[in-house]
Amino acid sequence: MKRFFGKSFITALVAVLLGLLAGAVLMVFIGANPFSGYLYLFRGGLMTIERVGNTLATATPLILTGLSVAFAFRTGLFNIGAAGQMLIGGLCATAVGLTLVLPKPLLLTVMVAAAILGGAVWGLVPGLLKAKFNVHEVVATIMMNWISYWTVYYVVPAYFKGAYLETESRKISEAASLKVEWLTGLFGGSYINLGLFLALISVIVIAFIIDRTIFGYELKAVGFNRHASEYAGIKANRSIIMSMMIAGAMAGLGGATFYVGYASNIQIGVLPTQGFDGIAVSLLGGNSPWGVFGAAVFFGMLHSGKGFMNAMTRIPPEIADTIIATIIYFSATSILIERNWDKLKKRAGGAK
Amino acid sequence: MKYVVEMLNIRKEFPGVVANDDISLQLKPGEIHALLGENGAGKSTLMSILFGLYTPDRGTIKVRGKEVGITNPNVANELGIGMVHQHFKLVYNFTVTENIILGMEMKRGMVLDTKSAAERVKGLSERYGLNVDPHAKIEDISVGMQQRVEIMKMLYRDAEVLIFDEPTSVLTPQEVRELMGIMRNLIAEGKSIILITHKLKEIKAIADRCTVIRRGKLAGTVDVASTSEGKLAEMMVGRQVSFRVQKEERQPGKVVLDIRNISVLSSRKVLGLKDVSIQVRAGEVLGIAGVDGNGQSELVETVTGMRRAESGKIFLKGTDITDMSVRERIKAKMAYIPADRHKHGLILDYSIENNMVMKVYYQQPFSRNGLLNGDAIREYAKRVMEQFDVRSGQGPAASARSLSGGNQQKTIVGREIDHDPDLLIAVQPTRGLDVGAIEYIHKRIIEQRDNGKAVLMVSLELDEILNLSDRIAVINGGEIIDIVEAGKVSENEVGLMMAGVKRGETA
Repeated sequence: MKRFFGKSFITALVAVLLGLLAGAVLMVFIGANPFSGYLYLFRGGLMTIERVGNTLATATPLILTGLSVAFAFRTGLFNIGAAGQMLIGGLCATAVGLTLVLPKPLLLTVMVAAAILGGAVWGLVPGLLKAKFNVHEVVATIMMNWISYWTVYYVVPAYFKGAYLETESRKISEAASLKVEWLTGLFGGSYINLGLFLALISVIVIAFIIDRTIFGYELKAVGFNRHASEYAGIKANRSIIMSMMIAGAMAGLGGATFYVGYASNIQIGVLPTQGFDGIAVSLLGGNSPWGVFGAAVFFGMLHSGKGFMNAMTRIPPEIADTIIATIIYFSATSILIERNWDKLKKRAGGAK
Repeated sequence: MKYVVEMLNIRKEFPGVVANDDISLQLKPGEIHALLGENGAGKSTLMSILFGLYTPDRGTIKVRGKEVGITNPNVANELGIGMVHQHFKLVYNFTVTENIILGMEMKRGMVLDTKSAAERVKGLSERYGLNVDPHAKIEDISVGMQQRVEIMKMLYRDAEVLIFDEPTSVLTPQEVRELMGIMRNLIAEGKSIILITHKLKEIKAIADRCTVIRRGKLAGTVDVASTSEGKLAEMMVGRQVSFRVQKEERQPGKVVLDIRNISVLSSRKVLGLKDVSIQVRAGEVLGIAGVDGNGQSELVETVTGMRRAESGKIFLKGTDITDMSVRERIKAKMAYIPADRHKHGLILDYSIENNMVMKVYYQQPFSRNGLLNGDAIREYAKRVMEQFDVRSGQGPAASARSLSGGNQQKTIVGREIDHDPDLLIAVQPTRGLDVGAIEYIHKRIIEQRDNGKAVLMVSLELDEILNLSDRIAVINGGEIIDIVEAGKVSENEVGLMMAGVKRGETA
C-alpha cells in the first residue's frame, strides 16, 4: 500500500492528468466542449449503480491481466502473452462449463480451477524455454498467443458449436456463469459478477506473495539482479519458471472472469484486447498489485463511459481510446515525469 | 606562457551534491601533474569538464592563456587536449592504424589511404619510443600495447595536453615502468600530462606537482619532490593513515580449502585453468597475484560453485564440494566477497537490510514457514551495520544504491564475515575504495586470519597482495607459476612471475 501512495502513485496521477489534458485538446480540435465531454464520460461510467457495476465488470479481467504482467515484470520478465493465457483460460472454463453437470458452487470451482490451470500451462512453457534454452520470453509468449488463438479456432466449432453461429460457442447455462442473481440485482442488472471478488482476492494474494514471503523475496531478487541472486545461492531458473506460471495463472483466471462472467460464450478468431491492455494497466499501476487494481478500475471506467459520451455529445468513442493510449504513453515515459517532478521539488525547496 | 591549461575556480553541481567546489588546477608546459583524490572526490568530474563532457556552473578555463569554452570533446580535441581512458575504446578486430585513424580517415578519392597513415603512425611510434606495430590487430596485442595505441590516438591528433585516467590499473609492474618511460619521453618532446590516480607511489615516481582534492574541494597543490607519501595521503583523506597492516606471525593450521588438479573452461570455451592445485590453511591468507584475465575469475567461480570444473576435485574441510550447489557451499561455511560489488555482490535496488540477509533469508529467525520476518531482518541489519560501520543516511531501509562505494563494500564484507565462515574468498576487496576504507577492510581480513579462518584473496594490486598475504600464488595463463612465502620474495620477483617467468629463469 505504501508503494501505491508513493512516488509511483504521483507519477501515475500525472500521466492520467496529462492524458486527460491531451484528450481535452483533441475534443477542442473537433469542435466539442471538453467539459461536457468529460462530464458525460465520467457519468457514463459512474452515473448509476448499474453503470458502476459495469465499470467494475469491465475492470475485472483488466485487474487480472494487469497482475499477470506486473508479477512477471517483478521477476524481470516481460509477459506479452496475457492475451493468449486469458483466451486459453476462458476456453478451459467454457469447456468445463458446457460439459460437466454439477451444482453451481462446485461447477464454478472446477471451471475456475481449469482456467487457472490452462493459463498456468501457457505461462509455464515460455518459462521453461527461457530457463532451459534462454529463449526470450517475449518471443515465446507471442507464439503462445497464436497457439491459443488457433486452438480456440479449432476446438470451439468442433466440440462446442453454437446454436446459430459457427464462429462462437454455445452459451453457458446459468449454473456455469460467474454472474449471480443477488449481485446482478444489487447493481441494477449490470454485468458485474463473482470474478470481481476473485480479482480482489488475487490482488491481496499477489501483494502478500511479493512483499511478505521468501518466495517473493527470491523473485524480486532475480528480477533486480539475476547475477547477484545466483551468487547468493538463489536458483534463478526456478524463479523464472514459477513466476511465468503464476503470471499465466492470473491471466487464465482473467479469461474465466471475462468469458464465463462478463460474457457467456467464447468467439473464435479474436485475441482478447484485455490481454494487451494488461501491459498498460501494469505500467500505470507501477507494477504493484494495488496500483494495478486502481489503474484497471480507471481504465474500466473510461471503457464503460465512452459509449454514453458518444451518445450524449458529438465526440466519437475513439477519443476515449486515444486518452487511454496517451495515458499509456505518459506512463511509459514516466522517467521523464519523475525527473521533472524532482526538479520541481528541488526548485520549490530552493525558493523557500 | 606560464601555464598551458588553467582551470580556475571551477564549480560543478549535480542534483544533491557539489562535485567540484571552487577548484583550480594549473598545468605548466612540460610537466607531469598528478590529480589525486579518493573515489568520489571529484577527479573525474573535473577532468570531464576539461574534456568537454560537462560544462561547469562557474569558473573559467584558459588554454595557453586564452579563455575558452569547451562545450564538447571535439572542442577539446581542437584545443589539443586528449584523454587516455581507463577503459580502452578500441575496435578489437581492426588494426592499430585503423583504430588510430578512426573518425579522421584520410581518403584518396573513394579509397581509404591507410598506407600513409600507417607511415605516420610508425614515425610517431619511433619518435616517442612506443614500439607499436601499425599493422598488428588489437586482439593480438597485449593490454599494455593497447594502451599505447590509445596514447598514439592522441598524438596522431596532435594533442599537446594528455590526460591519463588511472592508466596503471591494468598493467603489470614491468609495464608500469615502461609506461613511465613513455611518459618521460612525451614530456621531453614538449607535451604536458595530467595523471589521474590514487596510487601515491606512482605520483612519487613520476609526477612533478600534485593537486589534491578532497570531497569536491581543493586540498592543495604541492611540489611532489618535497612532499612525503604520508603527507599526500593525509591531504587526500583528511587524517593520518597507516599503510602497513599490522600482522603478527602465525602458525597456519589444518588445510581448509584443498583444490586438486582442476581444469576449467573459460567463457570463451578454452581452458582458462590448467591443472591447478592450491591449498589454503586455517589462519593464513593465500594471495593470488596475477594480471587481470589470467584465470583468476575461473578459479574463484569454480570454488564458489558458479562454474563447473572439467576435471579435478575441490575439498572444503575434507568434504568433496566439487558437485555442490552454490547454496550448499555457503552452508558449508564458505563466504565470498566478489570483485564486482554492483553486479555480483549486491542487489542495488534492494534495501540494505534485504541485502544483508541475502544468503540467510530462508533460515530462522529471518523467516518461518515461508514468511519473512521483517523485524528480525531489520534488527540483524542494524547490528551488522553498526558492527561494520556501514553509514547510511536513511538507515537499513534505504536502497543499497544510495550508499557510497565504501559503504557498499562494508555491507558485503559485514554480511560475509558475520556468517562466521571457515573460508573467506575475497576478490579485489578494496577495488575503487578510498584509503580510509581500504585500511578498514584490510584490518577485517587480517582479523579473520587471526581468528583461525582460511582466506583466499585475489587482487590485481600487487601492494595489497604483498601486504596481506602469508603465501602468494602467482597465476599466469591459467597456470600457477609458483607459490612462495610472502616474506621471502621481492616485488620485482613477483612481477616477473606475473609475466610468466618462473624463478631461476631469466626474462
